[in-house]
Amino acid sequence: MSVILLLIFFSMLVAGGFLLAFLWAVKNGQYDDQYTPSVRVLFDNDIATNHNQTSEVLKTSDVIKASNEKI
Amino acid sequence: MSVVNLKEQVRCFHCSEICVNPDILSGNKHFCCIGCKAVYEILEENNLCRYYSLDKNPGLNQKKLDTEEKGRYSYLDDTNVISRLVNFSDSSSSIVNFTVPQIHCSSCIWLLENLHKLNHGIIYSEVNFLQKTVSVRFRQSEISLREVIELLVSVGYEPQISLDDLGTAHKFHSNRGLYYKIGIAGFCFGNIMLFSFPEYLAFETHLEHFYKQFFGLWNILLGAPVIFYSASDYFKSAWNGLKQRSINIDFPICLGLAVLFIRSVYEISSGTGPGFVDSMTGLIFFLLIGKVFQSKTYDALNFERNYKSYFPVSVTVKNDGKEKNIPVSKLSTGDRIIIRNNELVPADSILFLGNANIDYSFVTGESAPVLKVAGEIIYAGGRQLGSVIELEVIRTVSQSYLTQLWNKDAFAKNEENRFNSMVNIVGKYFTLVILTIAAFAFLFWMSTDIHTAINAFTAVLIIACPCGIALTSPFALGNAVRILGRNKFYLKNANVVERISKIDTIVFDKTGTITKAGDARVTFTGSMLTAYEQRLIKSIVRNSTHPLSSKIYDIIEPDELFEVKFFKESTGEGIEGIVDLNLVRLGAALFAADRNHILNYPEKKSPGPDTRVFVAINNHLKGYFTFCNIYRNGLDEVAESLQNDFDIYVLSGDNEGERENLARIFKDDEKLKFNQTPHQKLSFIEKLQDRDRKVMMIGDGLNDAGALRQSDVGVALSEDITNFSPACDAILDAASFSSLNRMIRFSRNTKTIIIISFIISIIYNIVGVAIAFQSAVSPMIAAILMPLSSVSVVLFTVLSTNFIGKRRGLI
Repeated sequence: MSVILLLIFFSMLVAGGFLLAFLWAVKNGQYDDQYTPSVRVLFDNDIATNHNQTSEVLKTSDVIKASNEKI
Repeated sequence: MSVVNLKEQVRCFHCSEICVNPDILSGNKHFCCIGCKAVYEILEENNLCRYYSLDKNPGLNQKKLDTEEKGRYSYLDDTNVISRLVNFSDSSSSIVNFTVPQIHCSSCIWLLENLHKLNHGIIYSEVNFLQKTVSVRFRQSEISLREVIELLVSVGYEPQISLDDLGTAHKFHSNRGLYYKIGIAGFCFGNIMLFSFPEYLAFETHLEHFYKQFFGLWNILLGAPVIFYSASDYFKSAWNGLKQRSINIDFPICLGLAVLFIRSVYEISSGTGPGFVDSMTGLIFFLLIGKVFQSKTYDALNFERNYKSYFPVSVTVKNDGKEKNIPVSKLSTGDRIIIRNNELVPADSILFLGNANIDYSFVTGESAPVLKVAGEIIYAGGRQLGSVIELEVIRTVSQSYLTQLWNKDAFAKNEENRFNSMVNIVGKYFTLVILTIAAFAFLFWMSTDIHTAINAFTAVLIIACPCGIALTSPFALGNAVRILGRNKFYLKNANVVERISKIDTIVFDKTGTITKAGDARVTFTGSMLTAYEQRLIKSIVRNSTHPLSSKIYDIIEPDELFEVKFFKESTGEGIEGIVDLNLVRLGAALFAADRNHILNYPEKKSPGPDTRVFVAINNHLKGYFTFCNIYRNGLDEVAESLQNDFDIYVLSGDNEGERENLARIFKDDEKLKFNQTPHQKLSFIEKLQDRDRKVMMIGDGLNDAGALRQSDVGVALSEDITNFSPACDAILDAASFSSLNRMIRFSRNTKTIIIISFIISIIYNIVGVAIAFQSAVSPMIAAILMPLSSVSVVLFTVLSTNFIGKRRGLI
């Protein structure tokens, strides 16, 4: 039965960690504006990042090609 | 006359306004004005045209902005002004927050957050969409505050800087404290539930004594921060109530909570029982959730504005022939100031030079502009239409005729203290009854033994803790505020719903409230105008900036226009010019034609004065245009429906020209008052209140500010809710005017719902107290009864307010 004490200790540790995370988020101002970030996140992945993605895709395909050639 | 097909017209690429002049082009894109084009060109140059792809035609019309005027922001070079505007500043950079009411779509957010691409002195800029603010961090060494503001103006987002901002540092409304409290209460509540689980499942007999003690101690440890921190606001409020010798609803709640905690500590430490820490934390958690639900606020709206936020920040002063911009607050008597077209007169002054044509509609309620000649006094708040004028200040801003209104008592009163909410009244009697019952229970069991007596006493206080009542009102009112908000009726706080429900008298302002501001129905009386004559008139009025000219311009069907030669505008008299070889004159009767013509003309029918513009072509009097107010859509229905239950008055700062029309709509001629000054409006409300009337005032302008403040519920009507509206309890979007009657009725119903749920929760309490009185409450029953009663009452209020909202057509 005494294992329960250990389990309670760890469960409180984990739960307390989440509580601290929440308090930190509030302190950091994450609950001050609950709308704008939802819009911002949509265009932060701007055309520029789209370019990056496509270039990355190209790069990986290049790598695949290159490795195929090696084989 | 041809029917205009709107689709054929070219719309501005920037703001989607119809382009009148097809020559304003950039690339292959059309613009309605030079301002819009300028904004587009700046964005194109900096590769920011994505602005136009996020939302369609996101721009704001730039016509009204006078971009030519360079010295406009020169007062921002003043270090004193800078230090008041800047929020934070260190050696290298500063942060400043601007209110930008024009923020309305995702394109706005995108552009305003990419300001650093336009100027490298800007480190970052962050938009808060709901508050309509943008916070900018910039390096002072590279860009000055004035340049930041000019940059914002150049892309079409002029920040709102008013005297108000200069007076006090920016306050930030934030709910952080409440979130901390909820977080901790929720955390502790959840964990306590876990540790109490063995008790619920009646495991206690199997539970070893050690674990019982251990769980109990843990529960107290977890419960302590909840009662001492999370619930602290309730204790403070109850204490404040006691200090003012009144008992509010928080008092019985705190009594219940304190007894719960003390009895739990006693039971656990003495090993006699498991305590009620779970119910206590649960109750506090629910109460805090109710608080969040009720505290729905409209961040972007400001309910506390006074004249300071309406008046400009700076004014051009002429000193020894030199023009200089200074903050309005530094204006002193004797200063010579310069007011341009569309600018406000900031202080009472004497006209010195030029022709003043002052629009007082927002200040006094007069709908037509007033003509002033040199030597006459112009009161602060008037807006100059037309050419540049020079004035000499005779009274400082705070001492001016209009601003003196704010020195009245009504503005010194503390709003919340005047109103005792229903919950607190119920709470007061509730406490007395509960304390009596608890005392009886104590005395009754005293004869058996003291232990049972204390048990019964505390049980009554715990069970009777008015959690149901305390939860009902935040949820019902909070839900009502949301439903009304969805219908564009924005309340300052949840208390306003209750105050609306008590209203028995409604007072309307006329200009801008029941009539549409700046809009008029134009009718022509006289001989029929041919299409050719209409073209002549439209051509000539296009050259004039007078508001009546633009109204005439708007009603004549568009057609090809003629060039006007020898155009002359005599302020206060009229305009004349040669159009297609015809002499066209428009204006006052004596101006348009000679006296004989006027005398022969049929007498006007309406007894009151109204606004007319006579037309003469080649010295032949053709007739005159009449301008009548346009009443808001649905005014007839609103007035008719409200007449049954409410006393309705109309107070107008305007002349009696509309008396007949209003008497027809409002039935009772006695209740229409004309030519009312702002001070008279205020005292009229006071007189009604002296007769024990609960008054709702509905107005729009600064002239209603006193009456709005004095009334029990002041509603500011606004065409554009982000624009200036005077201090009030609620802001109503003009588009929702027609549902005003339904919204007032809905508020009344909400009050009924609250009363019904009070009764339900009191029944719960009576049942609970009856059991408690017999000293037969097991922790099991208490643990079930308390949350059950609270949740069912909350569900009832939310569902029934939604149901009533639907029946009233508000959802």
